[in-house]
Amino acid sequence: MRHRSLLVLTTVITTGALTLTACGSRDEAKTGDKSDGKKTVVVIGVDAPLTGSLSALGQGIKNSVDLAAKTANKNNEVPGIEFKVEALDDQAVPASGQANATKLVGNKDVVGVVGPLNSGVAQQMQGVFASANLAQVSPANTNPALSQGDNWGKGEYKRPFKTYFRTAATDVVQGKFAAQYLFKDAGKKKVFVVDDKQTYGAGLAAIFSDEFKKLGGEVVGTDHVTVKETDFSSTADKVKSSGADSVYFGGQYPEGGLLADQIKKTGANIPLMGGDGIQDPAFISASGEANEGDLATSIGYPVEKLPTAKTFIADYQAGGYKDPYAAYGGYSYDAGWSVVQAVKAVVAANSGKLPDDARAKVVEALSKVSFEGVTGKVAFDEFGDTTNKQLTVYKVEGGKWVDVKSDTFNQ
Amino acid sequence: MHELPQQLANGLALGALYGLIAIGYTMVYGIVQLINFAHGEIFMIGGFGALTAYAALPTGTSLLIAIPIMIVGGALASVAVATAAERFAYRPLRSAPRLAPLITAIGLSIALQQLVWQFYPDAKKAVSFPEFKGAAFKITDSLAIQRADAFVLILAPLCMLALGVFVQKSRSGRAMQATAQDPDTAKLMGINTDRIIVMAFAIGAAFAAVAAVAYGLDKGQINFEMGFILGLKAFTAAVLGGIGNIYGAMVGGVVLGLAEALSIAYIEDIPGMSQLGGGAWSNVWAFVLLIVVLLVRPQGLLGERVADRA
Repeated sequence: MRHRSLLVLTTVITTGALTLTACGSRDEAKTGDKSDGKKTVVVIGVDAPLTGSLSALGQGIKNSVDLAAKTANKNNEVPGIEFKVEALDDQAVPASGQANATKLVGNKDVVGVVGPLNSGVAQQMQGVFASANLAQVSPANTNPALSQGDNWGKGEYKRPFKTYFRTAATDVVQGKFAAQYLFKDAGKKKVFVVDDKQTYGAGLAAIFSDEFKKLGGEVVGTDHVTVKETDFSSTADKVKSSGADSVYFGGQYPEGGLLADQIKKTGANIPLMGGDGIQDPAFISASGEANEGDLATSIGYPVEKLPTAKTFIADYQAGGYKDPYAAYGGYSYDAGWSVVQAVKAVVAANSGKLPDDARAKVVEALSKVSFEGVTGKVAFDEFGDTTNKQLTVYKVEGGKWVDVKSDTFNQ
Repeated sequence: MHELPQQLANGLALGALYGLIAIGYTMVYGIVQLINFAHGEIFMIGGFGALTAYAALPTGTSLLIAIPIMIVGGALASVAVATAAERFAYRPLRSAPRLAPLITAIGLSIALQQLVWQFYPDAKKAVSFPEFKGAAFKITDSLAIQRADAFVLILAPLCMLALGVFVQKSRSGRAMQATAQDPDTAKLMGINTDRIIVMAFAIGAAFAAVAAVAYGLDKGQINFEMGFILGLKAFTAAVLGGIGNIYGAMVGGVVLGLAEALSIAYIEDIPGMSQLGGGAWSNVWAFVLLIVVLLVRPQGLLGERVADRA
C-alpha cells in the first residue's frame, strides 16, 4: 500500500512538473512573435490599502490608476503597448507593503508602480524597488524624508532612492501652509498640537509647530493618540483646560474625526485643523454634526474646480467605479499617467518597441516627464518631488468640506 | 488638578464600557476555560445590529423609544452570531488541545471583521450612529458629564445587578455555577452543560450589544474594526479583575479606565516624567498596573480560584 501511494505521488508530481515546463515554453514562444501586430502587455502595479479603515482612499487610488491605463489603451497613447493594472492591498501595514513590493518586482511585466498611500508603508517599499530599478510614483506620500533624506530638517538634502517619485507635495509645504493660514488668516495664537505617532502625522505636526512658533504663535500643549483607539476624552479635556484657541492634529481621519468631536463635546468651541489625512468626507460624516469650522489643508487645487479635471471626473463617473475617487484620485490618475508617458518616451526612443531594460529606462524617463495633468502641470524635480506646490485650505461648512483658500506655496 | 473630577468621570465611563464587554470574556472563560478572542467582534456586530434596528425605525423616532429597540436589535444580532460561533466553531473543538479553539477564535475574529466590511452597506469606513442631542449635564464648573457617559454609567450597574441576581438566584444561574465548578459532575447531576455553555456565550453577547449601543451613542460612529482594541482592553480588564468572576470584570474595567484617564492627564505633571505621559503612554501605564496587580494577586483583584486551569 505504501509503495503504491508513493508511486501515485511521484506520478502526480512528475505530471505537474511536465505541465508547468510545457506552459513555460509555450509562453516564451508567444513572447517571440509579439512584433507582428500583437500588443506588448505592460503592467502598472498599484499598492494601496484596499481593505481596512483607509480603504476609501485606497479604492480611489486603484480606480483612478485603472482609469489612466484604460484611457491610454483607448487612445492608443503608446502604439504597440497595452497597459494593465495589478492592484495589491497593503492594509496600510508597512510589512504588507514590503511583501507587495517584492511581488511586483517579481512580475517582469511591471514597469512602474503607483502607491502607496501611507508614508510609513513607502519607507518599507523604497529599498525593494530601488534594488530592482523599478519606478514608484506615490500619489499621496507627504513625508519629506522619503525623497530628501533623513536629514532634510537640518538642511542637508540627499535623495535616498532614485526610483522614488511622487505627485503629492511634501508635509514641509503643507505644514507651513497650515501654520500660516491658522496664524494669519484665522487669527489663532494658542494652539494645542496632537499627533498619532505615525511617520506622516508626527512629521506633519512637528513641521506645523515649528512654523507656528516662528510666526509668533504659542504651542500651549501637546499630546499623542494611538491609531485605532477611539476614546480620546481625556486628551480632549486636557485641550479644554489648556486654554488653547485651536487644535492642530497630525494624523488620519478615523482618529481625527473622533478627536474633533470629543473636543467639541467638552464644550471647548475651537476649530481643529489637520492635513490632507483628515480631508475626507468620513471625517465629517462619521462624527456627527459637531465639525463645523474644522479646517484641513490638502495638496493641489480642488479637483472639482480645475478645468483640467473635468474630463477625469466625467470619465471616472462613466467608468462605473463603485467607490468615489476620493482625496487622491486626481493625483493617482496623474501618477499613472506619468508612468504611461515615461513608457511612451522609452518606446519612442527604442524604435517603437519596449527595450529589455525597460525598468531602468522608465526611471530615467520619469524624471523628464512633463504634461498637463488632472491636478495641473505634472513634473518631478531633482528629488523626485512634484514641482506642483499648489495647496488649498478646506473648512467644514454645512456638513461638507468647502475650499476657502487656494494658493501656490513658494519658499 | 482642577480637572480631576472630569478625568475621573471620563475614566469611570470608559471603565464601565470595558466592564460590560469584559463580562463576555469572563463568563465564557469561567465555564469552558476558553479565551474567546472573537468577543470584540461580537461587540462590533452588536453595534451594527443596533444600527440596522435604528435604520428600520421611522425617521425622527425619539431616542428614548429607539434605544430599547436598538439594544434588542443589537442583542439579537450579537447573540445569534455568538451562539452560532459556539455551535460551529468552538463545540467541535471542545476536547481538542487548548490552543486549537484559541486560534479558531482569532481566525473567527478576522473573518467576522471582513464579513461586515464586505457586506454591510457603507461599512468600509466608519458609519454614523445616532447621538444624544443636547448639551452635557453640568454638575459643577469643572465637571460636565456627557449624556452618553451618563447612559453607560447608569446602565452598566443595572446590568451587573441583573446578572448577579440571575446567577445567584435563578435555576439556570445555579446550574451555570455548578458547570463552572466541575462540568463533569454537573453533567452527572442532570445539568445540560451544552445548554449552559450556549447561555454563557449568549449573555456575554447581549452585554456586548448593550456596550456597543453605549459606545455608538457616545462616539457618534461605529466601524468594523472597533472591536479589536476594545476587545483587547476588555480582556485585560477581565484578567485584572480576576477572570471567571463577573464582578471582577466590572471592577477590572473601572480600574483600567481610571488608570488610562489619570495617566493621560497627570503622569506628565510629575517632575521628570513629562516624556512618559499623555495619550501615547496611557496603554503602557495601564499594563504596568496590570502586571503589578498580577504580581501581588496572580488571580486578579476579585479572582477566587487559584489559576489551576489557566
